[in-house]
Amino acid sequence: MNAFVAILRRDLLLAMRRKSEMLTALFFFMIVVSLFPLGIGPETALLRRIAPGVLWVAALLAAMLSLNRLFAADHQDGTLEQMALSPTPLALLVSGKVLAHWLTAGLPLVLLAPVLGLQFDLSSRALGILMLSLLLGTPLLSLIGAIGAALTLGVRGGGVLLSLLVLPLYIPALIFGAGAVEADMAGLGAGGHLSLLGALLALGLFFAPWATTAALRIALE
Amino acid sequence: MLQAHGLACVRGDRRLFSGVDLSVAPGQWLQVEGANGAGKTSLLRILAGLSPAAEGRIEWEGQPVAEGRDDFHARLLYLGHAPAIKDDLSALENLQTSAAVSGRPLDEATALTALRRIGLKGREDLPSRVLSQGQKRRVALARLLCGQARLWILDEPFVALDVGAVDMLCGILDEHIGRGGMLIFTSHQAVQLQGNGARLELTK
Amino acid sequence: MSQPLINWFKFASPASFYPLAGKLWPWFAALATAFAAAGLWISFFVAPTDFQQGEGYRIIFIHVPASWMSMFIYCVMAFWSAIGIGFNTRLSGMMSSALAPTGALFAFLSLWTGALWGKPMWGAWWVWDARLTSELILLFLYLGYIALTAAIDDPRRADKAGAIVSLVGVINVPIIYFSVKWWNTLHQGASVSMTKAPTMAATMLWGMLLMALAFWMYSIAVALYRVRAIILERERHATWVAELPEMQR
Repeated sequence: MNAFVAILRRDLLLAMRRKSEMLTALFFFMIVVSLFPLGIGPETALLRRIAPGVLWVAALLAAMLSLNRLFAADHQDGTLEQMALSPTPLALLVSGKVLAHWLTAGLPLVLLAPVLGLQFDLSSRALGILMLSLLLGTPLLSLIGAIGAALTLGVRGGGVLLSLLVLPLYIPALIFGAGAVEADMAGLGAGGHLSLLGALLALGLFFAPWATTAALRIALE
Repeated sequence: MLQAHGLACVRGDRRLFSGVDLSVAPGQWLQVEGANGAGKTSLLRILAGLSPAAEGRIEWEGQPVAEGRDDFHARLLYLGHAPAIKDDLSALENLQTSAAVSGRPLDEATALTALRRIGLKGREDLPSRVLSQGQKRRVALARLLCGQARLWILDEPFVALDVGAVDMLCGILDEHIGRGGMLIFTSHQAVQLQGNGARLELTK
Repeated sequence: MSQPLINWFKFASPASFYPLAGKLWPWFAALATAFAAAGLWISFFVAPTDFQQGEGYRIIFIHVPASWMSMFIYCVMAFWSAIGIGFNTRLSGMMSSALAPTGALFAFLSLWTGALWGKPMWGAWWVWDARLTSELILLFLYLGYIALTAAIDDPRRADKAGAIVSLVGVINVPIIYFSVKWWNTLHQGASVSMTKAPTMAATMLWGMLLMALAFWMYSIAVALYRVRAIILERERHATWVAELPEMQR
């Protein structure tokens, strides 16, 4: 457990010392979301309808931006080898890194989303559901993304490949996440969507660290 | 006691080496030699358990390593080509983090003592970005001073070190062997260690 | 490995599988041709014209079996991947990578024929029907697998990475299908379903089954042929390859 905390602390510390990378992803999120009204037109009813989807798709893309460097730096400077040689199971250390990724790349999106939602004239209730769905969904994005990041480690054209691998796997999160807000706005209640999102998260928490670990071991061979 | 029988390594289409037998007992060192591309690093990585051997088996204290991986890794210290140093962390932070990740958390005083002994006095809190190649190497080597690992596997530990540092490292290695530790390393330099040692030449 | 399994594992070695695959694939190819001939004959000449959809419906004799095969092949790939990870056999990874292009081909065929069918039936080339959407995502998963294995130079590493991708994918396929279906029911706009065809005549079912068998045999034949090529490429330095009669020429 000590090693888990050490990895988490180190990655947070590194993110703090390299704030620009974190902020870039956030700005990207803001810009992508703001482009839609410009492309579609300022009609409020339409914007309100597309808001959940737009915000969720932008969150997917922004979370993906930072995946590339999740393991790449550790792989390059030899830290990954040391992690693989730790008596602590690698899956636990990987979980620490994924948690750090979520805290630096996922959580800021959750906090920023309601502000951007205002641009789309969402009601405060819808904003709340949006935050909740992102709160459940963004950890899933980090977990699934970690598998892709580990698989594309040291591979030619890794960045593009990563999106090709990971984006199809993000579809369920997108559907239930954006669906929750839409269902609530349609008066159907978001409960079902949110519970399914929660179930996916539980599944991801269980399986993703193992798959990521297996992929990292392959990359280290 | 580390023993290996009939190790072979295949990279792509090429067979780097095969039929490598070795054993290192407490208080012994082993220097792996061979031309560039002979598979020295590959052998060390296989021994450390980072990559699987194409053939052969490795035993630690008479048990196959595969059966007691975590036990083995708790007793092992491996330093590879890359020093595992984060540019944005200070020498002290680097040392403390890597120690915690290897399951041996380190208090600040011990870490500082180790850094000073390795010759980084006054540079403990600088970001590693500003350190020279040799100084980064020293930060990595400081880990040797603050663990209780029985087996050290060091890949080119003398690279980028100045003459004084080479002598100091030899001293540290001698000390480790004197305490009954085990050491496997590669080096292009001719180094003279005390104690009971052997050399292993890797050939096709 | 325990002794009783030895007969099975004999063919897990590329050297002994290569000649076996060479003997088998022409038979599967012949079967595929026979089934395809029978299936096409039934679908074009025996099956009655649909009173609602006219002659255009006949494309489902290709479309439905192609969709079945695309999903089935993905499961077979995952099966080989699991074997590869479990037993560390070299052949399993080769089988997976031999199957992937065929699976992707069927997924593409299914989408293509779906669009051709959709234009006269729905008046649109593409409808966000749950099945079509899932098929599209399946095609993406195939492409991801192919792209990843192609990007890794070391074939052993590529096989292992591919195995993880296909296993992660196979866990996700039902989740994706379910979520797309859920999404589809929420958005009532595109609720036309391909399965809402009126009760199928027995001859139509036969046609479809025969075509499915033909595709199945075709996949096996092509996979065996391709795995032979992969074995040759990877083992080109092995002595048994140099001793093959086709290498002596």
